[in-house]
Amino acid sequence: MKVYLKILSFLTPLIALAISFGLTTFILILIDRDPVETFTLMFDYGTTGKSIISILNRSIPLYISAVAVAVGFKMGMFNIGVEGQYILGALIAAQVGAVLILPRPLHVLTIFIVAAVVSGIWAGISGYLKVKKGVHEVISTIMLNYIGAGIVAYLLANIFFEKDEDNSLKVPQTNYLSESGQLPPLNNILGLEELPNLNSFIVGAVFVGIFYYWLVWKTSLGFDLRATGLNPVAAKFSGADPNKLIVLAMLISGGIAGLVGMSNLVGYFHRYTIDFPTGLGFAGITVALLGRNHPVGMALGALLISFLERSSQILDLNNIPKEIERIMQGIVILVVVVSYEVVRRYILTQEVKLASRMVDKDE
Amino acid sequence: MSNFLNFIKDNKEKTFFIFILFWLLVIAQIETYSQLTTSGTFAATMRLAIPILLAGLGGIFSERSGVVNIGLEGMMIMGTWFGAWAAWLYGPWWGVAAGIFGGLIFGLIHAIATVSFQVDHIVSGVAINILAAGTARFFSVVAYANESQGGATQSPRISGEISSFSLPFLSGGTFLGNETSDLLRNLEDLNLFFISDISGLLGGLTRDISYLSFIALSLVPICMWVLWSTPFGLQLRSVGEFPVGSESLGINVYLMKYIGVTLSGAFSGLAGAYLVIESSGIYRENQTGGRGFIALASVIFGNWRPTGVLMGSGLFGYADALQLRSEESVHGLLLLISIVLLALSVYLLFNKKSRNGAISLLMAFGFGIWFLNSTSVPNEFVYFTPHITTLVVLSFASQRLRMPKSVGQPYKKGEGG
Amino acid sequence: MNTAISIENISKSFPGVLANDSVSFDITSGTIHAIVGENGAGKSTLMKILYGMQKPDNGILKINGDIAKFQSPKDAIASGIGMVHQHFMLADNLTVWENIVLGIDGSNLSKIKRSKYIPEISDLSKKYSLPIDVNLTIDDLGVGEKQRVEILKVLYRGANILILDEPTAVLVPQEVEELFENLKNLVSQGVTILFISHKLDEVMEIADRISVMRGGQHVGTVNKEEASKKILAEMMIGKDLPTPPNRETMISSENCLQLKDLNGEPSLGKIPFEDINLEIKKGEICGIAGVEGNGQRELSEAILGLYPVESGQIFLEDIEITKLSTRERRLTGISFIPEDRQSQGLVVESNLIENIILGKQSSNTYSSRFRNVLFKNASKNSKDVVENYDVKTPSVQTLALALSGGNQQKFVVGREIDGKPRFLLASQPTRGVDIGAQALIWDKLKDARDMGLGVLLISADLDELLGLSDKLYVIYEGKLVKQLEPKEATPEQLGSYMTGLGI
Repeated sequence: MKVYLKILSFLTPLIALAISFGLTTFILILIDRDPVETFTLMFDYGTTGKSIISILNRSIPLYISAVAVAVGFKMGMFNIGVEGQYILGALIAAQVGAVLILPRPLHVLTIFIVAAVVSGIWAGISGYLKVKKGVHEVISTIMLNYIGAGIVAYLLANIFFEKDEDNSLKVPQTNYLSESGQLPPLNNILGLEELPNLNSFIVGAVFVGIFYYWLVWKTSLGFDLRATGLNPVAAKFSGADPNKLIVLAMLISGGIAGLVGMSNLVGYFHRYTIDFPTGLGFAGITVALLGRNHPVGMALGALLISFLERSSQILDLNNIPKEIERIMQGIVILVVVVSYEVVRRYILTQEVKLASRMVDKDE
Repeated sequence: MSNFLNFIKDNKEKTFFIFILFWLLVIAQIETYSQLTTSGTFAATMRLAIPILLAGLGGIFSERSGVVNIGLEGMMIMGTWFGAWAAWLYGPWWGVAAGIFGGLIFGLIHAIATVSFQVDHIVSGVAINILAAGTARFFSVVAYANESQGGATQSPRISGEISSFSLPFLSGGTFLGNETSDLLRNLEDLNLFFISDISGLLGGLTRDISYLSFIALSLVPICMWVLWSTPFGLQLRSVGEFPVGSESLGINVYLMKYIGVTLSGAFSGLAGAYLVIESSGIYRENQTGGRGFIALASVIFGNWRPTGVLMGSGLFGYADALQLRSEESVHGLLLLISIVLLALSVYLLFNKKSRNGAISLLMAFGFGIWFLNSTSVPNEFVYFTPHITTLVVLSFASQRLRMPKSVGQPYKKGEGG
Repeated sequence: MNTAISIENISKSFPGVLANDSVSFDITSGTIHAIVGENGAGKSTLMKILYGMQKPDNGILKINGDIAKFQSPKDAIASGIGMVHQHFMLADNLTVWENIVLGIDGSNLSKIKRSKYIPEISDLSKKYSLPIDVNLTIDDLGVGEKQRVEILKVLYRGANILILDEPTAVLVPQEVEELFENLKNLVSQGVTILFISHKLDEVMEIADRISVMRGGQHVGTVNKEEASKKILAEMMIGKDLPTPPNRETMISSENCLQLKDLNGEPSLGKIPFEDINLEIKKGEICGIAGVEGNGQRELSEAILGLYPVESGQIFLEDIEITKLSTRERRLTGISFIPEDRQSQGLVVESNLIENIILGKQSSNTYSSRFRNVLFKNASKNSKDVVENYDVKTPSVQTLALALSGGNQQKFVVGREIDGKPRFLLASQPTRGVDIGAQALIWDKLKDARDMGLGVLLISADLDELLGLSDKLYVIYEGKLVKQLEPKEATPEQLGSYMTGLGI
């Protein structure tokens, strides 16, 4: 690829972001707020030490969720069901973790594995339905989101609930994980005692990113996945079995989705409660699209979204609706998908032109 | 007798359907489950089905023109927001108009992305949903936060309501200014097998019908007419099937797709407005609750036809209505499922499909035991009945459905010469 | 009699190919005029020019005596020319009458004039004896009926000159008979028909006059009375076949690939290939000649494990591979040059390093013990292939889609021959490539054979088959109808077996 095309490809997200900021500015002017003031406030607040920790903590599940989505995307499948997969995985893992008593590394590891397996199976249903019954994965994963949410609600209300002190009321939450099932924050190790807790599962997120990169770009299986995503026919002729890959991709994607809730489970709440964050599955789609399924791109995307979410918190105090961030997210995502597609096509045609020109010169 | 058997053989699906209805009727005779067929249940069914129906009709226009629209949900959200906003400020009919407009704008955005820029349809749809949710939240803060009852996630109560009517003589409507009899109600109260149940159904569908519901229902035949009896409909359907051929006959493929997708936005917007104006009276965040997705599913298993969507949305509406009106009657459905599965297993075993037959039999017993050992179905399970129904129906139907051939595929102008 | 179309010195070239080389002939109105020629003889380019899909570089086209300059098919339709494509241009979920009137009266919301259209179409179908139930959906029609709808569609739009592009390729014999009846009927009502084919028996049966094309040139036009299949076959294939080069026979006695009584699973009521028995030795190229659509595609997919086999066995050396998956067959040592490199042989949006791996992603060459892709090997091997096979590319990091067709094909051939496969299945290995690439690919195939590789060469290009094959079979309607000695094969022989005459 020519250098300038590489630069263009690299710049696309920035161009898209610039357009989005332009549109947001326009909206701010419409509601009679000062855009410069808004962005300055956001930037100043978002770059404080406290905020940075918060942004990092928020990015962890977002990033993992994006990776889960991206595994599907890479082979042309849409796992819209990360949402249902991770909450179900987190709940079961929380319950198992609360019941088990194991030495620390093993305890935490067991919790991770349970979450990954439960979520993986939940996603695998969609793979099975696609291969055996011809149900499109978009519909089935969406439906499984609702079903998963219902099951979680049922389990919390009827089976995994906790009795309150006088044993009269059922509180819809699991018991606390014992000490051995919790991960302490990283602050002591990094010497950040005066700042809020930095969730140590950030290490897990980094591993997930590395695993994703290794799996998709470095292994034979990843090769099959990518080839199927780009040209299913050629992949089939090369010996890749599409049905097997569909199920496998959903299992892997779901397995990763299972880890989405882990930073909050083992590093923060230490139990599954009704306050457990939801919506991370959908946010993961945003991040995956934003980061073009690239391990580093998605990390930046997760940080960006977290930054917007965190830094907008200051706006309300200054009589600017903080929800401007929600609309910004929406605009960013739409502008990004359109501009990526436009640039992708442009680069492909340029590549063809360049190659034919260089070959002509040779002759 | 052999005639009867032959009829069954030739109309397996119809027979199956009639079988289910029959047992539904039987179960409804039990006092506890009488809510299964009352006019109140059917009236609620209609009210809950119409939003899905409307978005589904929109989905048909989009998919028939070849564009997958999972953004129906987002377009519906815009319908709820704009519908509530205008209804609150100016009255319900303005709300209807504004809801349509809000959905239409988002339909147009989806069209621009998928048709002109050839963004993947599902990616664009997901983006539309995210944008819609964000926009609605932001608008709410701007418009409602300082109003009494309003806030970041809900609007003030809308003003006024859309008037309604009943059929004269049959359901107690007025005729030339005089009140008339409510024949269906009388029949329903007699508690006669079948007759009272049918009267419940008809009564529910003809008593206190709001004009908006009437318009929504009449859109079914109108859509059928537009799609199958006009040159426009013909062109729209050809574009989703074989755009290369259409273009070779001088049809403007892009224009058709634009119209189809934008219309789907308008329909979803209307669906959202209906939800606000007829069901809740206010805008609430997450009010659509995935109805856009269910609408898309009903497009699929309605085989991309308005009547199919009507059936699908009716089914969901019914499940929803039971959940809302009478939890104990949902319990009766367990018995129904058990009976149906039992019949299915007998059928399968007779046809030497022993594995599926055994599974079916096992499930029949499972539901039977569940039925006998409980008095109600947990709320949370009832809540996802529509979704699980979608999955089950699609699992059985997907391979027999006939989708528009080029749906979901990007089309670039000029491929048809 | 009037001249319906007169073609005067029409030329058209594409990069690297002269598709039409001053072609001139006339077509008399009210006749069936056949145009025959091998694949790539320039027939379809000529038809596309006639139908306004392409503009000629030179030459004049006259329709009913007037000079025509078509910008698009619309202009051609306006001049009364209608095309019945080989791949039907029908929307399958619309009814017959809807397809016929589609686009005729705009896109308004008035009631569609069904009561006007349906009688009109029925009259038309009666007039030309093209019976069809106009209310059926295209989905529910057989292939022959679909073709009838295409013809009606064109007639309804006022065409009096019909171009039929290989209309019999998709039909079963009974349907062909019906089609011919219909065409004769049309002609008796004054319609002019251009019939493009490469099946000589059909042409002799139906056409009044026959024009033969070869290598982009018009070889001649003869009346049916003056023609015979023999004459046509000679005109089509040329007098001088390439003489197979003499070479020391190095064919080993060891089996390479063996097919035993192989039968394909029927699809759409047709058995794609039947009772195939073949033995290919190491160091041997076995050619299969045949007109496209006679089961070659299914046979090659069956060897790869992508088309289901109903009965019979496939052996690679002495290993039975009938039940193996495609991946396992690839690992056992089957290499494959597909007929369509863009869709089957390459991931065009990936670079050449990734593409060299395709098909061997789980072999030891590119996959480590821990299932990691060995990009080092890929990088090295892709460079080797680029160099040894003269693939013109800026680098191996270039995306495959940036390469010209010939270079893509050289790359695919190099990839498949490289790495010591046990057996190579080559399907149309030089289709659509320039002469330079063709020569190189032929040389490389010969080299590989001389090194002891067994090759099954499926092709429609007789030069290729006769120039490369050590033994040669003809496939017709899914059966190997004849084995020929490449050195002794005559054009008539080949032509007659390929077109189903010699049986």
